[in-house]
Formats: sequence, C-alpha cells, structure tokens
Amino acid sequence: MSMTVWQSVITIVMVVLGTMLTRFLPFLLFPANKPTPPYIQYLGKVLPFSVIGMLVIYCLKGVSLTAYAYGLPEALGILLTVLLHCWKRNMLLSIAGGTIFYMLLVQLVFV
Amino acid sequence: MEFVTVNLLTSVFTPFHALLLAVMVNARHLFYGISMLEKYKGVGAKKFYLIFGMCDESFSINCTTQPPAGVDRGWFMFFVTLLNHIYWVVGSTLGGILGGLIPFNTAGIDFVMTALFVVIFLDQWFSQKNHIPAALGIVVSVACLIGFGPDHFIVAAMAFILLLLTLFRKKIEPAEGGAAS
Repeated sequence: MSMTVWQSVITIVMVVLGTMLTRFLPFLLFPANKPTPPYIQYLGKVLPFSVIGMLVIYCLKGVSLTAYAYGLPEALGILLTVLLHCWKRNMLLSIAGGTIFYMLLVQLVFV
Repeated sequence: MEFVTVNLLTSVFTPFHALLLAVMVNARHLFYGISMLEKYKGVGAKKFYLIFGMCDESFSINCTTQPPAGVDRGWFMFFVTLLNHIYWVVGSTLGGILGGLIPFNTAGIDFVMTALFVVIFLDQWFSQKNHIPAALGIVVSVACLIGFGPDHFIVAAMAFILLLLTLFRKKIEPAEGGAAS
C-alpha cells in the first residue's frame, strides 16, 4: 500500500530534520561565543584529513571485489585520476579525465 | 541519504524510523561540523546557511580551499555553498525532467564524486608532512567496510577514527603545529 501525499511530506520532513540535527549539533554544543575546548580544536585540525579519506572509501562502498568487474574500473579510474593530478595538479583535468576514463571503462570495456 | 529516502517513500509510512535513519546515515556531518567550528566563526548571519548547506562537496571545498587574497572568507564559503546548492537542485530537476533526452550514455558519470574526493585527498596529502590522520581515515574505513558492510561501516569508521586520533594525539599534535601538552 503506497503512502498518501501528506505521509510522503512528513517522511521527507523527518529526513530533513535528522540531517539538520547532524549538521547543527556540533555548533550548538560548541557555540562561537565560548572558546572551543582544546581537544575539539585538535579534532577540528586533524579530522578533515581522516574524513576525506573516509569519503573516498564511502564512494566505493558499493563496489564488489568478488563479483564481475572486481573493482577494476574503479581502481583504474582512481589510478588515472592520481597520475593526472600528480602530473599537472589541475583539479578539473584530474576529475574530468578520471571520470571520462571510468565511463569509457564501464561502457566499453567492462560490459 | 537521497537514495535511502527513495526507498523510504516507496515503502510503509514509518516517520520516526525515517528520522533515526537520517541521523545514522548522515552521521558523518557531525565530523564536518567539528572540522568547521573555527572556520565558520566570525561570518555573521551567513553562518546559518553555511551550516544548513554543509553537504559533502561544500564541506570538502570550504574545509580545504583558501580563498584568493583579498577575497572575504565568509562570502567565499557562502557562494561555494550556494552555487553547489543551486547545481544540486537545478541539476536534479533538469535530470528528472529531461534525463531521458540525453543522447549519450551517462553510465559511470557518478564517478565524478569519487574523483573529487581523491583529488582533495591528494592535495591534502601533498600539503602535510604528517600523514597519520589521512592514512588512518583510509585504513580504518576499509577495515570497517570489510567488517561491518556497506550499510553500517560509516558509524563504526567514525568511532574508530575518533578513538585512534585521540589515542595518538601526542604523536600527531606537535607535528600539526598545535600546542604541545
């Protein structure tokens, strides 16, 4: 049985509320008008490095190493992105190049 | 979460489950907020919108990019957030309405997000001598992905990253230029 329109609206509102909670909570717990505890300041300095690494893996979470393609398109796409970036240090080139290469791989090679 | 929401909308009405799921799936934003506590200070009323619009891409750009000299930091971050917001809404809307008309095969185009984070990761790596936090992020996430599966690994990864960053604080902090204890 599918939802009514109002039930859909409420569901979306709940998702928005949950998301906003996760975004605002740190700023509510550590308001700008008080000095941030040193431990939290430390986290603020080091977390970005860990989080970006976590996000790379997050993007790859659906990739299966045991089913066909075995993560090869992703591995090769990332490899090209890394090589391009080490070579030219140009964000647009690295991202576009890696993405186009990946699209060619999944459309033409690993079909 | 947008994909999970699609599932939520096509199944039975469970509003509190939806709320809880949103908090769990989007828990990584807690780490974004902690990372941006200092950077979002002193920007005035824009702060509310900056936090509201703090999605993965806006966070990673605002967190790691220096505005050019002479450019106001607060407005720079505001427009990064706003433009990304606009791109998401316009892009999704156009895609939903006109997607069927695109003449070429767009399979694999979502790799652009992976590539973005890889490039940001690399730029961060080049900028630091101490690679412990970055390496930790990757290794812990992979371990948790293997151990907990794709649907549950994020919260575990965050917990272990937090734990290890705390345990190794003395090793990491002096190198970061923070106050020695």
